[in-house]
Amino acid sequence: MALGMPAQALTVYDRGNAGEPETLDPHLVSTVQEANLMRDLFEGLTAHDARAEVTPGAAERWEASDDGRTWTFMLRPDARWSNGDPVTAEDFVYSLRRILDPAFAAKYANLLYPILNAEKVNKGEAPKEALGIAARDARTLEIRLERPTPYFLELLTHQTTYPVHRASIERFGRDWVKPGRMVTNGAYRLAENLPNDHIRLEKNPFFHAASEVAIDVVNYVPLEDRGAALRRFQTSEIQSYDDVPAEQIAFIRRTLGDQLRIAPYVGVYYYAVNVRKAPFADPRVRRALSMALDREFIAEKVWAGTMLPAYGWVPPGFDGYAPVEASWRAMSQLEREDAALALLKEAGFDPDGQRLEVEIRYNSGENHQNTATAIADMWKAIGVDARLINADGKTHYAHLQNRGDFDVARAAWIADYRDPQNFLFLGLSDNVGFNYPGWNSPPYDALVKASDDMADPAERLATLRKAEAILVDEQPMIPILFYASKALVSHRLKGWEDNVMDIHPTRYLRLEP
Amino acid sequence: MIAFVLRRLLWAIPTLFAVVTLSFLLMRFTPGGPFNADQALAPAVLENLKRAYRLDQPLIVQYGDYLARLLQGDLGPSYSYRDFTVTELFARALPYSLQIGGAALILALVLGVGLGALAAKRQGSALDAAVTTLSGLGLTVPSFVIAPLLSLAFAVWLGWLPAAGWGQGALSHKVLPVVALALPQIAAFARLTRAATIEALKADHIRTARAYGLPEWRVTAHALRAAGGPALSYLGPAAAALLTGSVVVETIFGIPGVGRYFVLGALNRDYALVMGTVVLVGVFVVLFNLLVDLAYAVLDPRIRHD
Repeated sequence: MALGMPAQALTVYDRGNAGEPETLDPHLVSTVQEANLMRDLFEGLTAHDARAEVTPGAAERWEASDDGRTWTFMLRPDARWSNGDPVTAEDFVYSLRRILDPAFAAKYANLLYPILNAEKVNKGEAPKEALGIAARDARTLEIRLERPTPYFLELLTHQTTYPVHRASIERFGRDWVKPGRMVTNGAYRLAENLPNDHIRLEKNPFFHAASEVAIDVVNYVPLEDRGAALRRFQTSEIQSYDDVPAEQIAFIRRTLGDQLRIAPYVGVYYYAVNVRKAPFADPRVRRALSMALDREFIAEKVWAGTMLPAYGWVPPGFDGYAPVEASWRAMSQLEREDAALALLKEAGFDPDGQRLEVEIRYNSGENHQNTATAIADMWKAIGVDARLINADGKTHYAHLQNRGDFDVARAAWIADYRDPQNFLFLGLSDNVGFNYPGWNSPPYDALVKASDDMADPAERLATLRKAEAILVDEQPMIPILFYASKALVSHRLKGWEDNVMDIHPTRYLRLEP
Repeated sequence: MIAFVLRRLLWAIPTLFAVVTLSFLLMRFTPGGPFNADQALAPAVLENLKRAYRLDQPLIVQYGDYLARLLQGDLGPSYSYRDFTVTELFARALPYSLQIGGAALILALVLGVGLGALAAKRQGSALDAAVTTLSGLGLTVPSFVIAPLLSLAFAVWLGWLPAAGWGQGALSHKVLPVVALALPQIAAFARLTRAATIEALKADHIRTARAYGLPEWRVTAHALRAAGGPALSYLGPAAAALLTGSVVVETIFGIPGVGRYFVLGALNRDYALVMGTVVLVGVFVVLFNLLVDLAYAVLDPRIRHD
């Protein structure tokens, strides 16, 4: 065989991935599909296990100072790069400085802003040496934070914090990610990369847990066409796929049985309401629009049960956090419609006189269209005339992000790290990039900001919960659905555990013959 | 003849220049940019990105940059495949598209012209009816219907061929995409050839040939030569289209070719990738039209290129 491997049979796992990666550089990627690849190639200080719980990664242990602002990590002695070099504390210093360098232009750099001076460095207001990270010795790393960040260990599982191999980057420049050159520290290393065909990863013999890794080769097969992916799964050309063609869900359930996996997933599908202008500045109008939605119908009929109805903003699945639900959750749909009509009347609208007109903007996609159509229909029942406008994804989001005029617009958020704060920061008035409605609630801002400095987890979550209650009451963003992860997983593939982060590192999987 | 070829090639330069300029402008005036996505970027990060790709420069400067690079054969960096330049992407993907497209072209020519001629010879027969009906179907049923059906039938139900994937170039992996790509072209060639052959068989020189008692196969050969015109005119654009791939067929059959780059590039606002595809397709169209014009001279002695 090539690469001088012994001629014994290798376990090869063909893993369907619902998108081609933009790059294999962990500091430049942003999509879920890219994160899947990164998780196999690299390992951060902490990592996710098969159930997406935080476990030690390149660090074997750590401790935090009493104020929660200084963390010390001890790297494992057997942490190695795929070329045999030891993984050192200096590697992490180099890597964090690299991703926060403004000239490097990393899309996700702002995720690291909890680290001391990270924001200033990334905005070019401070030199990279000012960043709160230092190597005490080859195996001891100290990271200082702006504020106690309770989800910090969770954040360290994210690809933005992964170490990169300095010597190869300095030698090969942007070509360091090419097969034969790329050096990684995860369970796998890159063997081949043919865009739109496959990315072949081979077991990294230097990985500290290599003896526990059962699959020798994993081929990531990019499959954007869900129908084609289903056919390839049916013919056993792939053993898993991280999506399904939603329109064929009944057929899939019938024919593939428990090989179809649907599990709650931390993401929210919502309509942003432009609160900068009348009549949408009036919370009564927003509440009425929200109450009129039959979420069960949308989840069951439009999305064929692949999404869950959302009555609050933060999806379920965060330890110690009881999700908030709108007060009218207990009402029947008819009662909600009556209440919505009354609210609209108070706000000066009347189904038989001055009708409310709403423009719904959404990005193209069959189910987005069906959802918008269903919603327009539900709004008709409370005397609201809706008009649909759709555009391709780039146009749609550019319009929102550039503050274009709109009434109501479709958007979504998927968690970057497992903490409710990652959803609630969307409503902060100074969150220019993400707060599409332009909502400004000083009490909300105060609560979310206060929670940042709370070291006691229970107190912090209770504070965040209070903030969520304000958002759910005011409905600047109308939550419609919570996401569910959808996957096809072959009976041959063992160790795939459903979890709310939809994270399934290959190193924990096994393939039976 | 040589002067004709040189003149045509020289003309290609302003043509391509106009195409490049027009698509550059079209791309830039399309709303949205390469970095707008559902997870919005922090404003500071967006600024960093624009600076890194020089998208913060005035449009005219960016245009100048692009042209300067193009002249050196550099098609620029891709935003949606950041580990590759557009030139690298094409260098990898073009061989796949050429293989699939080339095979589909040959299949389409042989079957299309053959069936068309046969149908014309036996005008009104059952065979003629079948060819006419099937080619009508082939032209109207879009490939996004045919391709999944082929895969469903031959891979999922019958299990004879793989559902998709390049499979390191195994022949079994190429059959379905070639057929899917060729079907509409077979239909087009069959229709064009049939109509033209029927015309040609009525022509004076064919009647004369028959009157002289030439054997029927020689009469048909003469008729076919005269009937080749329409099919030949169609061959230029058809070849350019087939060889530069099809987004539908490539996506459904997982072929790592260049066909998808045009559509994906446009959707992702991957400016350099779209421009690169435009240049690529432009070069192919110019080249094949030139070849077709040269072939006319062979087919029709009345045409002389000088």
